[in-house]
Amino acid sequence: MATDSAASAGPQSIPALLARNAERYAALPAYREKEFGIWQSWTWAEAAEEIRAMALGFLSLGMERGDYVAIIGRNRPALYWSMVAAQMCGAIPVPLYQDAVAEEMAYVLDHCGARFVVCGDQEQVDKVIEVQDRIHHIEHVAYLDKRGMRKYDHSRMNALEDIVAEGRAGHHRYEGELDKRIAELGYDQTCVMLYTSGTTGKPKGVVLSNRNIIETSRASVEFDRLTHNEEVLAYLPMAWVGDFIFSIGQAYWAGFTVNCPESAETMMTDLREIGPTYFFAPPRVFEGQLTSVMIRMEDASRLKKWLFHRFMAVARRVGPAILDGKPVGGGDRLAYGLGNLFIYGPLKNTLGFSRVRVGYTAGEAIGPEIFDFYRSLGINLKQLYGQTEASVFITQQPDGEVRSDTVGVPSPGVEVRIADSGEVYYRSPGTFVEYYKNAESTASTKDAEGWVATGDAGFFEPDTGHLRIIDRAKDVGKMADGRLFAPKYVENKLKFFPNILEAVVFGANRDRCTAFVNIDLTAVGNWAERNNIAYSSYQELAGHPKVYDMIRGHVEEVNRSVADDPMLSGCQVHRFLILHKELDADDGEMTRTRKVRRNVIGEKFADLIGALYDGSDSIYTETEVTYEDGRKGKIRATLRIEDAAVVEPAGQRMAAE
Amino acid sequence: MNEMTTEGYTTADGRKIGGVLMEMKNITLRFGGVVAIKDISFDIREGEIRAIIGPNGAGKSSMLNVISGFYVPQEGEVWFRGYRRGPMKPYQVARLGIARTFQNIALFEGMSVLDNIMTGRLNHMKSGMLAQALWWGKAEREESENREQVEKIIDFLEIQNIRKTPVGRLPYGLKKRVELARALAAEPRLLLLDEPMAGMNVEEKEDMSRFILDVNDEFGTTIALIEHDMGVVMDLSDRVVVMDYGKKIGDGTPDEVRSNQDVIDAYLGVAHD
Repeated sequence: MATDSAASAGPQSIPALLARNAERYAALPAYREKEFGIWQSWTWAEAAEEIRAMALGFLSLGMERGDYVAIIGRNRPALYWSMVAAQMCGAIPVPLYQDAVAEEMAYVLDHCGARFVVCGDQEQVDKVIEVQDRIHHIEHVAYLDKRGMRKYDHSRMNALEDIVAEGRAGHHRYEGELDKRIAELGYDQTCVMLYTSGTTGKPKGVVLSNRNIIETSRASVEFDRLTHNEEVLAYLPMAWVGDFIFSIGQAYWAGFTVNCPESAETMMTDLREIGPTYFFAPPRVFEGQLTSVMIRMEDASRLKKWLFHRFMAVARRVGPAILDGKPVGGGDRLAYGLGNLFIYGPLKNTLGFSRVRVGYTAGEAIGPEIFDFYRSLGINLKQLYGQTEASVFITQQPDGEVRSDTVGVPSPGVEVRIADSGEVYYRSPGTFVEYYKNAESTASTKDAEGWVATGDAGFFEPDTGHLRIIDRAKDVGKMADGRLFAPKYVENKLKFFPNILEAVVFGANRDRCTAFVNIDLTAVGNWAERNNIAYSSYQELAGHPKVYDMIRGHVEEVNRSVADDPMLSGCQVHRFLILHKELDADDGEMTRTRKVRRNVIGEKFADLIGALYDGSDSIYTETEVTYEDGRKGKIRATLRIEDAAVVEPAGQRMAAE
Repeated sequence: MNEMTTEGYTTADGRKIGGVLMEMKNITLRFGGVVAIKDISFDIREGEIRAIIGPNGAGKSSMLNVISGFYVPQEGEVWFRGYRRGPMKPYQVARLGIARTFQNIALFEGMSVLDNIMTGRLNHMKSGMLAQALWWGKAEREESENREQVEKIIDFLEIQNIRKTPVGRLPYGLKKRVELARALAAEPRLLLLDEPMAGMNVEEKEDMSRFILDVNDEFGTTIALIEHDMGVVMDLSDRVVVMDYGKKIGDGTPDEVRSNQDVIDAYLGVAHD
């Protein structure tokens, strides 16, 4: 039944799925949003009506087939609706990262040639207005939150609410046209265009067709047996492909409920109130939660601490096995059951994970301790591997085959092969159509047979068939003496320590590896408080000798673990420094999805890298920083550089000589 | 300010300012032998942001207390909405539509943010004590209505995430915002802010400035504020009264005040030779 022909007989666009859901799940909740302290909800029938009215309103503003409509804002139902409404008009939604500064936004708005922009609030409108003197094709700006908007020139601007009202008022005039346009939507027409965050160079517009999105959603919904009863919390950037798949693709295919938090700050509270059954988060969210649990446990009473540690030990021993349905002894089961009553249950409830049936993490490697912590509590946290060009899914872990160091087996319908170079290639129904206005990149990424290069190096484990990712293919290099250099492998090991937020390892074409480290202010700050270490700024804490001692301990531990792998033992970190500022997307050092941009960092901190290799113990540096409002400033600091002990693997030395 | 008519004026950014909301006529306030305010007259117009500035001890807070009705001046008249105002009780002032924040935060530390802001709605609750205690009929309906109003303010000031947090656990900058929220909950015609930016860092000041402007813009609330930070005052206000040693030494738009020699002397000091 899951064949291609069967699917292509079904709804062939998001608006078509909406129409199906409005009938099939008419009275079931489609969207919820917390506003004014109360969860407001819309059924599928109500949502369909709102979206239709909005589409009519867009028509009244002259939206044409093939127009690009940029959407900028935090996750709110009306913004999701605006994407579907744009599709109804035959236009193509382009969600953008809301935290992008005007400069970055200008590039994307210019590249896609957006005629319409839908903004969440005044902040986003201001950014659009700022770039409008350079980008002349923006004809109309709509905004959702009316606050502070009264004084703006409204000759080419409207509140979204007014557009919807206009659509309702003019429904007789536009209904025929709208129905015609909805009927025209085909399986191979563009569904959405998403810009990749771009670890290198400018962002690229990934064109995904209705086929890509719907086939992928259908397959992944079946894979995890998702139903219309699922609850998800939409809190990840709308510009990210994952959010589009979860909150639109899968939500529309399965007909489940998308819940939008009240604000970014209330996300944790809202998570607890909703208790999602299907949850997705990048590793840093899980890390953050675990860190805050551990910090709070430090302040708990002795009895509670004892109970917690005692039962967590039980959970670590048998929890994952119980979750995977493997045989576990009666005594352990009883202990785990008690633990569930006293510790795991309440803890899961506090975290908002009581009802999670399927949870995913992806985007970065997750630390084994963190991963196991959640799984031992009985939360079915799994890993998947994907990218925008694949409409997310390349591989994922089936229930019962979950491990922290693999990314699972190929998703249904996806073919994966490893090239001789070690690079991972895939081909699937979700494979993107093209990079918008960039035939050259399209050709170099996707070959004539539809195989796409992921840019990641990896291998299949022979006995399990699970894929393991080592690093970005282009980052995997050689050291001066020819040994393999895989920076991310080491960086991930470093980042698994809660005290280390980010690490950047250098060593390509060098005789040894060195590293930059960013401390995690929450974890290290708490540690400092408990150890009576006074500090007044991030910079001061980062430079504290005791913090250096602690980080050196972590680096040396990573060195020992790296040395165990004969292939990668050359990647041990010989010298390191702790950066005086957090690496930040606003400064271009990371992408908006928080991946480090090596070349930018390499250039910007060339003086520091020089010092890591010339043997000096400290270096004075000045760094330009960009504040949230786009202004620039400078940070000055003198950084210490320390050596870390490395382990000499006995066999390696022999082999090298 | 000659071009000003009784109908009001239009500000540089195009806002319409209405007629006189409050007028102070020849106010003199003494504490025993100390003269805190000496023969000061000025007005506050409907919809404007009016600042009172001056060096330490100039009498700004005393002036604000006269406006709020807390101090009754020995001489002079206070006119509000066309009526001359006599000595009043605090609840009468509140009923007139005047709300304020304090220089030293005056919130209920043990109560949640929500409950604190709800206290600002007291004047809008008409049901009796018994009905409220029994949570019955009108009392229940009233509470929902008031809660809705409070939630709008919470949304407006972006403090959703601390709604249920006890005020005592909040940092200073947020407490100031909660205080503003409580004052707004009363839906005042005239909002008095006593050093709203005192002790804040740059970011908090920027936030607070934006909220003050938004309140004025969104609800049309007239605002009178005292502030030390000259930059903030000059950016925010439509008109400024400058006081020094209890006397008014300047009154006008920020630009007029900035170029006023007496004001420059008062702030920068003047050589006595």
